Amino acid sequence: MNTAAFVIISIFTLSAAVAAATLRKLMHAALSFAVAFVGVAGLFFLLGAEFVGLVLVFVYVGAVAVLIVFTILLTRRDVEKDRGFNWAGIVVAVAVLAGLAAAIFKTQSFAVTMPQAPALTVKQIGEALMTNYVWPLQCVGLVLTAALIGALVLVMEDREEVKKVK
Amino acid sequence: MTPTLQIFLVTSAALFSIGLLAALSRRHAIFILIGIEMMLAAANLNFIAFWRFGPQPLQPIGVMIAIFAIAIAAAEAAVGLAMVIAVYRHYRTTNVDQLDQLKG
Repeated sequence: MNTAAFVIISIFTLSAAVAAATLRKLMHAALSFAVAFVGVAGLFFLLGAEFVGLVLVFVYVGAVAVLIVFTILLTRRDVEKDRGFNWAGIVVAVAVLAGLAAAIFKTQSFAVTMPQAPALTVKQIGEALMTNYVWPLQCVGLVLTAALIGALVLVMEDREEVKKVK
Repeated sequence: MTPTLQIFLVTSAALFSIGLLAALSRRHAIFILIGIEMMLAAANLNFIAFWRFGPQPLQPIGVMIAIFAIAIAAAEAAVGLAMVIAVYRHYRTTNVDQLDQLKG
């Protein structure tokens, strides 16, 4: 694995994430969010999990980012008023980062040398999904269907209210 | 020299902290959802890193957990954004500080 590629991708990812978290304009933040997820997918590629990286790009950059942009456009009236920024959040985030980093560097039980790159093909992942993981797969399908119906019910116009307005 | 597991974990911890910062300090509901998605991505990065550096990279356990976590995160994002739209339709705002009707 290439160290230079890792450094470049991680700096790219983290700066895009900081931009997504701190930019004033919502639309710019949503686009930085998509860029940050491209960077995370790059890290997945670097780790040899190409399929998960592709799924991440499809789901986040393709679907979730578009959903966020649609939501921003639908709730546009107070987009410009996002001036509030709670500075206590920075203190908490830095404290969490320091604690996690201290724990990571203190622990000695990790195998730090990387094993040989596993040749995990999409065929193997598909076979595992259809054999060992078929029950979780069906449950995820059920959850996704329930989420779809729930989202529709949440945003559905109330019939009587619409009539009243008319 | 190749990157070690620690470096990946620190990157993931940094991504998690940035997501936490977005979820805690922004007032706009969409930013909170963006922060939660970033925290979930950091967790996925941890799963993949531990799978890659683990003793048995031939068994696709880490990959499977990451795929299922991505699916659940997508469902969560859809429901969360629908809730943002519903709240906006009711209160005409998406600023979470103004949604204090249940405050005693």
